[in-house]
Amino acid sequence: MIKITNLHASVEGTEILKGINLEIKPGEVHAIMGPNGSGKSTLASVLAGREDYEITEGSIEFLDKDLLDMDIDVRAKEGLFLAFQYPVEIPGVSNVNFLKAAINEKRKYFGQDDISAKEFLTAVKENSALVELDGKLKNRSVNEGFSGGEKKRNDIFQMAMLQPKFAILDETDSGLDIDALQVVAKGVNAMRNDNRSFLIITHYQRLLDYIVPDFVHVLYDGQIVKSGTKELAMEMEEKGYDWIKNN
Amino acid sequence: MQNEEELLHEVTNKEYEYGFETNIESDTIAPGLSEDVVRRISKKKDEPQWLLDWRLKAFAIWKNMKEPEWAHVKYPKPDFQAISYYSAPKPKKELASLDEVDPEILKTMERLGISLEEQKKLTGVAIDFVIDSVSVATSFKEKLGELGIIFCSMSEAIKEHPELVRKYLGTVVPQSDNFYAALNSAVFTDGSFCYIPKGTRCPMELSTYFRINESGTGQFERTMVIADEGSYVSYLEGCTAPQRDENQLHAAVVELIALDNAEIKYSTVQNWYPGDKNGLGGVFNFVTKRGICHKRSKISWTQVETGSAVTWKYPSCILKGDYSIGEFFSVAVTNNYQQADTGTKMIHLGKHTKSTIISKGISSGHSQNSYRGLVQISKNAINSRNFSQCDSLLMTDHCGAHTFPYIEVNNQSSMVEHEATTSKIGEDKIFYCKQRGISEEKAIGLIVNGYAKEVLNKLPMEFAVEAQKLLEISLENSVG
Repeated sequence: MIKITNLHASVEGTEILKGINLEIKPGEVHAIMGPNGSGKSTLASVLAGREDYEITEGSIEFLDKDLLDMDIDVRAKEGLFLAFQYPVEIPGVSNVNFLKAAINEKRKYFGQDDISAKEFLTAVKENSALVELDGKLKNRSVNEGFSGGEKKRNDIFQMAMLQPKFAILDETDSGLDIDALQVVAKGVNAMRNDNRSFLIITHYQRLLDYIVPDFVHVLYDGQIVKSGTKELAMEMEEKGYDWIKNN
Repeated sequence: MQNEEELLHEVTNKEYEYGFETNIESDTIAPGLSEDVVRRISKKKDEPQWLLDWRLKAFAIWKNMKEPEWAHVKYPKPDFQAISYYSAPKPKKELASLDEVDPEILKTMERLGISLEEQKKLTGVAIDFVIDSVSVATSFKEKLGELGIIFCSMSEAIKEHPELVRKYLGTVVPQSDNFYAALNSAVFTDGSFCYIPKGTRCPMELSTYFRINESGTGQFERTMVIADEGSYVSYLEGCTAPQRDENQLHAAVVELIALDNAEIKYSTVQNWYPGDKNGLGGVFNFVTKRGICHKRSKISWTQVETGSAVTWKYPSCILKGDYSIGEFFSVAVTNNYQQADTGTKMIHLGKHTKSTIISKGISSGHSQNSYRGLVQISKNAINSRNFSQCDSLLMTDHCGAHTFPYIEVNNQSSMVEHEATTSKIGEDKIFYCKQRGISEEKAIGLIVNGYAKEVLNKLPMEFAVEAQKLLEISLENSVG
């Protein structure tokens, strides 16, 4: 699915990622944990193509293509999705119109016709039920006046609507209460299959109780310093990040 | 000697080229403006004496006026003696096919979703006269006639309904109102006239678009809409298709009269040629638009301004009658080197009068976009209210957004609220859209349309859809 090789990235001259190597195969769920400032969110931003970062070295292959060569929206059309740590508000643009625009742009990219109204509405109905999104929120402006939990659920709803091949969840659990966390996890778990991969970025092990990863990596000072299975997350939780720092 | 066939050919071709008008040459008055020119315009139009006197009075006033300097715009002052003030409504140069039209214009029209037939009509390509819109227009006119609604050109109204024109002409925008209004009063050649009888609800949106038999808009247009007691009308002006015009100066006047319990909704989409990327060329648009509200009546101005190199325009309401309502909803987009100084005046004279102002400015490129508004509540206008909201959106680092609100309240019982925001289009919003697979241009379109939604929603449905696309097109490649 995605292969990251020796990735170095910096922002305003300061190197944040210092040689990341990571391969995620179809159907796998990987989790990246790490203390604040270790480069977790930078990695998510670089993958999505945020322009504030400069890639100084390394390569990323996404579905056998050069990801770094693609514009932000092309990455998305090819199937990369980022659930934001802080989803933004877009006043005056209704949630459903926004999604319809996104879906149709993707379909156009693949030479397909616009989605039919019926097909679209069915998908909206099914997927909003999946993340227990209030019916009223669908017609409201994108994230405007949503609570923190509603914004996160809306992001997962968008993910379900767009059916990406590879989804990155950037600290989706931050600021969520346990109920909202479970709803988000339910949405993600429902979408897990043999062809879709996930990269879950989190500070806490808590989310991984609900979305059980195949692999866990610990990011520290811009490098993956430890990799393992879900037991590694438990160990991290127990021993704390100082354990990594002191090794 | 010509044979019959050749003669026939010549005659038919001539008609094709010029229509059934008399020779163009003799129908144009040489450049320059004088009392004599005003007289000749009036004579050519076969006008009654009272109208000539009215024009002459306007000219006398204009002569002693100076072009206003207070607006936040810079442009070379037009030479008023270099303009020809009368030429017969000549048909646009007719082209054989769309291949002869500027491909840029066609591209824009296509993206606006304008049909092929309409594209031909708008660009002056010869069209088959059996197309639908002609018959539609005719049947519309019949239907309006049955209701007693008058919808015709100003020239026709002066001839057919002189009592109405005489009663209301200049009552809302007097000759002495301002430099451009005085000029217009002296030399206006045509425009639209609309009268809705008592208690009548006009069943369709009235659009100059349907007056297809009339020639294109002139340089000095004069429009009047009179809604008699208890009537309602929605009037559309302009169209979203790009309009090129060889006249650089446009000074139109629009007067609205809403009698007791009447309602007028006046929507404009202005897309005159804005000049090129470097600010060369483009139309100077100096418009005076004003409406008067009698008791319990209502006037709503909605405008989407994307064209013209320089815009100077303040559609206003005089709330004379008690309990009358004035509204102004505006989206003004400026790109490249365009300059817009636009806003409104709400003059509260009657008791319990209400006004709402929603202005959304969008500046891009090196453009300058100003909101200028006056809310004046007189001493007698007790218990009046105004709410104003002026938002500015900046797309680049080189453009400017300015707000000049004037508020005068002369009694204790009235309430005025003013809200204003200025923001730069958010990189994070664009990133969010792009991450969902939406291209940058489309993302900007979505965000800008979302920002302007409150105003666009006030437009009649089909106009609103076109206006949305127009905003997207006007702001192409504009984030920087």
